[in-house]
Amino acid sequence: MTEMLYQRDVYGQTLVDLGKRNKDIVVLDADLAGSTRTSIFAKEFPERFFNFGVAEQNMMATAAGLASCGKIVFASTFAMFATGRVWDQIRNTVSYNNFNVKIVASHAGLTVGPDGASHQALEDIAIMRVIPTMCVVVPCDGPQTQQAIISCVDTPGPFYIRLGRAKFPTIENKGEFKLGKAQILKEGNDVTIAACGVMVQEALIAAQNLLAKGIKARVINVHTIKPLDKELILEAAVRTKGIVACEEHSTTGGLASSIDEVVTENHPARVLRVGVRNRFGQSGEPADLLKEYGLTSLDIEKAALAIIA
Amino acid sequence: MTMPQDKTVKELEQKAMAIRRLIVQMLGKAGSGHPGGSLSATDLITVLYFAVMRHDPQKPDWPDRDRFHMSKGHCCPLWYAVLSEAGYFPQEKLWTLRKLGSMLQGHPDRRTPGVQVASGSLGQGLSVALGMSLAAKIDKKDYRTYVLLGDGEIQEGNIWEAAMAASHFKCGNLCAILDYNGFQIDGRIDVIMGLEPLAAKWQAFGWNTIEIDGHNMLEILIGFQKAKAAIDKPSIIIAHTVKGKGVSFMENVVDFHGRAPTKEETDEAIRQLGS
Repeated sequence: MTEMLYQRDVYGQTLVDLGKRNKDIVVLDADLAGSTRTSIFAKEFPERFFNFGVAEQNMMATAAGLASCGKIVFASTFAMFATGRVWDQIRNTVSYNNFNVKIVASHAGLTVGPDGASHQALEDIAIMRVIPTMCVVVPCDGPQTQQAIISCVDTPGPFYIRLGRAKFPTIENKGEFKLGKAQILKEGNDVTIAACGVMVQEALIAAQNLLAKGIKARVINVHTIKPLDKELILEAAVRTKGIVACEEHSTTGGLASSIDEVVTENHPARVLRVGVRNRFGQSGEPADLLKEYGLTSLDIEKAALAIIA
Repeated sequence: MTMPQDKTVKELEQKAMAIRRLIVQMLGKAGSGHPGGSLSATDLITVLYFAVMRHDPQKPDWPDRDRFHMSKGHCCPLWYAVLSEAGYFPQEKLWTLRKLGSMLQGHPDRRTPGVQVASGSLGQGLSVALGMSLAAKIDKKDYRTYVLLGDGEIQEGNIWEAAMAASHFKCGNLCAILDYNGFQIDGRIDVIMGLEPLAAKWQAFGWNTIEIDGHNMLEILIGFQKAKAAIDKPSIIIAHTVKGKGVSFMENVVDFHGRAPTKEETDEAIRQLGS
């Protein structure tokens, strides 16, 4: 039986573990502490937790002020409100100062489900990765979330870490998280499937199905969108017939675009996209939404076959 | 309450004049920048750095220093002149303002000694100061945080989010200074987007509200003392000022919000400011 975990449960618990070891860790939220699970930290360390109410701009610029005094600041809310709404605060006051602010956003992507389009961030990776100094991480499951959170404390500067709402299956044999080092989950030289977040599981299923058809797909978990593991991406471009980039995000500006940028500058190769194509989300159950928007293992398989053909 | 000696006031007035001259010269040489709001807030920031704040120009990162943040970042010529006069860096650096590679950027930047947080995009500095204030509370340190706000700037919604939070968190160690010169780029504040009743707004948000003449050194000094006396609520000093103060042809002239003086205008301004 595959282990299923909420990434945000892991996040909240990891914050407590880190908070015990490091008194400089301060956690902020904007009226979603129960949902993002920063409430777990709040209970343990009330003097180092601040709830700003429904006021994300203030939360983000205050995070910068705290960081200027040596604090390592985690600021959390839903991905929708942690990025676009506060982009200027992040760009000018967090990132331009290169402050130690770790934006950990939950409820990213379509799998938010029934809440619908207003709460389904599909552009957040794009608008975060364009900012200099910002690291962008999309962990694929619970254990990787823990590793990413620990790692971002050890790396000075701003981070955007993107988590989901739903329970994610734990991916086996993926090894440990190293910032900027993508992981090969499956070897193969016919085609490459590069994925992040919840799409890693879909990629593995697609690879399994392709294998039944005699096609060996290389599966890469690109948990760090920025800095991107250029070496591993380029090797995939050189050694396999092309890359399928899979993300629970717009096909513009996210993982696929990041891969494109590296490939076109160094070794032009075919990159097909599995993601949301210039659409807003809508209400529905996560699995139904992934199907409706073309983000299933079947869609990945089709794209891989198109590359091989 | 201790009253400052007349001598102190006189010294501060002389210091402020010297700083005004540096601002005008700096902007004249740079060829662009914002004289109006720099000159209106000069007396306030001069008093802050030379008679109020605990700081050491030799140790800009001293953890126990009082914090200052300039939220209305376009008035950085004032900040740079004050930092230079205080000894954070040599005066000749001022003549590099806005030039390629300069440590004195067009808006505040951490590459300048004495500047810990960049600014320029308006409306965020009160939150930054709130963060500094909360850090002091967490660390149980007694340093105070000061932040300079522009009057046009407080039209930003972020300011009021921060205002609400600072009083909610009982930040008695936080003091905002509002340079209420009555003008913004497009014209008079009351025409573009009125702020009144201003003191009542801050009071309603739970702030200790102090109104002063922002060009009267004694009133400024007393204002800062009154702010210090508030224990469990943040203070705002609403300073009534004159945009372009000290230079006749700049005073209340909206054009000088964001235009540097020409060579001739610089010479005339320096003459008026008593070189």
